[in-house]
Amino acid sequence: MAYSDKLIEHYENPRNMGSLDKNAEDVGTGLVGAPACGDVMKLQLKINDDGIIEDAKFKTFGCGSAIASSSLVTEMVKGKSIDFAEGIKNTMIAEELALPPVKIHCSVLAEDAIKAAIADYRKKQAERAATPSE
Amino acid sequence: MAVKLPIYLDNHATTPLDPRVLDEMLPYLTQHFGNAASRNHSFGWTANEAVERAREQVAALIGADPKEIIFTSGATESDNLGIIGAARFNSKKGKHIITSKLEHKAVLDSCHALESEGFEITFLDSDPDGLVKPEQVEAAIRPDTVLCAIMMANNEIGTINPIAEIGAVCRRHNVIFHVDAVQALGRVAIDVVAMNVDLMAISAHKMYGPKGIGALYVRRGRPRFRIEPLIHGGGHERGLRSGTLPVHQIVGLGSAAKYALEALTNGENDRIKALRDRLWEGLSKNLDHLFINGSWEHRLPNNLNCSFAYVEGEALMMGIKAIACSSGSACTSASLEPSYVLRALGVDVELAHTSMRFGVGRFNTEEEIDFAIELITEKVRWLRQMSPLYELVQEGVDLKSIQWAAH
Ligand SMILES: Cc1ncc(COP(=O)(O)O)c(C=O)c1O
Ligand code: FES
Repeated sequence: MAYSDKLIEHYENPRNMGSLDKNAEDVGTGLVGAPACGDVMKLQLKINDDGIIEDAKFKTFGCGSAIASSSLVTEMVKGKSIDFAEGIKNTMIAEELALPPVKIHCSVLAEDAIKAAIADYRKKQAERAATPSE
Repeated sequence: MAVKLPIYLDNHATTPLDPRVLDEMLPYLTQHFGNAASRNHSFGWTANEAVERAREQVAALIGADPKEIIFTSGATESDNLGIIGAARFNSKKGKHIITSKLEHKAVLDSCHALESEGFEITFLDSDPDGLVKPEQVEAAIRPDTVLCAIMMANNEIGTINPIAEIGAVCRRHNVIFHVDAVQALGRVAIDVVAMNVDLMAISAHKMYGPKGIGALYVRRGRPRFRIEPLIHGGGHERGLRSGTLPVHQIVGLGSAAKYALEALTNGENDRIKALRDRLWEGLSKNLDHLFINGSWEHRLPNNLNCSFAYVEGEALMMGIKAIACSSGSACTSASLEPSYVLRALGVDVELAHTSMRFGVGRFNTEEEIDFAIELITEKVRWLRQMSPLYELVQEGVDLKSIQWAAH
């Protein structure tokens, strides 16, 4: 498969690879995909009280396009608002990395991972609000 | 001495042309350009002599008589001709065929093509070792079974089927036995007579010969059987394969067969096996969670097919670009389906996505293998650092306990 230079660069030097504390209140974790499908993406967002994404980390099991998509997406959301992150579409990722048609689903996975991480963060926030503080 | 990159470890896909083979071919592309069918002048005689010498060389490799060798364009054609040709000619006897799910596409798709002509095909499963058992074949035979097609060695996992035992079963039940021997040539000793093989598909480019040339062994003598041609014309090759013979290609096939026969006894296969073993031992010393796919015991000396759990195959191939190999991962295929061979032998889909195939060859060196071990080790470790699955496993999570959203 012929890949773009940008994709290969992200694969070779992935940005923000690693993990955040999944139990922290201000961290939302999205784990999407399935090992049986050959792709699993974990995306974590550390979000402050102003709704700004202070940090983003990923780990990905998947092809080079999946790795590059997740790397790119962490770069896109860092320092941005939750609203901005929610607006990210897979087509933006696919275009930026010039993904071949059979690899579009890898960018869909990255979009799903963002949505899942934000949903997890919101759930935690709602639980926090519901728990009376001592 | 620094190794020259990239390193070729994909000798199941094709092999480099042996320079000795090329040397023997070249005169037939220049001064000896005659048509082997020209009976009236020395150009034709020279060409014909070369063709007949090659026929003897191919026959010698599999223990056949030269008259039983039909030249074709390659093993794909040989599989088509053997299977479709035998099925059609003998369709009055019955329309049932037995094959296995691990066969090459050339066999599987020839069988599928016959389904549209009213043939019924039984696709046997393999055992978890990747082998087809003679008892399975025997149990599948029916009164209307005309043909059984089982490969000698598998092109992905390198497993070697008990061909002699299956041949005995087929002969006893009067079923024509077709064997795709492409991967086994020069790696396993073959005797078509002792193995009761009726048809055998051969290709030059998996044994250091040129691409686009192969042969079909068609047994003569008792018990008699016949096949029907697929290509009609000037009646070459006993009428079974018309078309002007590509003399230089045939010379290349014959020459490759000669060296393949030598490889069985001159220690080449021992050397290749030692390199293959060195690769596996090096990798398994450095890395955990590795799994061999298919029988280790009944395996070609040059094949290593293993899964690097938690590391997706295509991602690994991108990381080890300096090594040419292949993967059973879905992400490498246009269909996004993992290897049908691995699935047929019951390898977990998860592991199929992480499988890699290495094929060692005549021209690989110890230095290349050591380089490969280092590079693969480094990249697998790196990709595992990146793998959420590896992280979960390190945390003691059972991956099967997670509700994955399959898509
Ligand atoms: C087992 C097997 N059969 C058949 C073939 C097809 O051979 P050819 O490329 O000569 O058509 C191959 C090679 O791809 C093979 O590995
Ligand atoms: S993860 Fe399989 S194609 Fe990208």
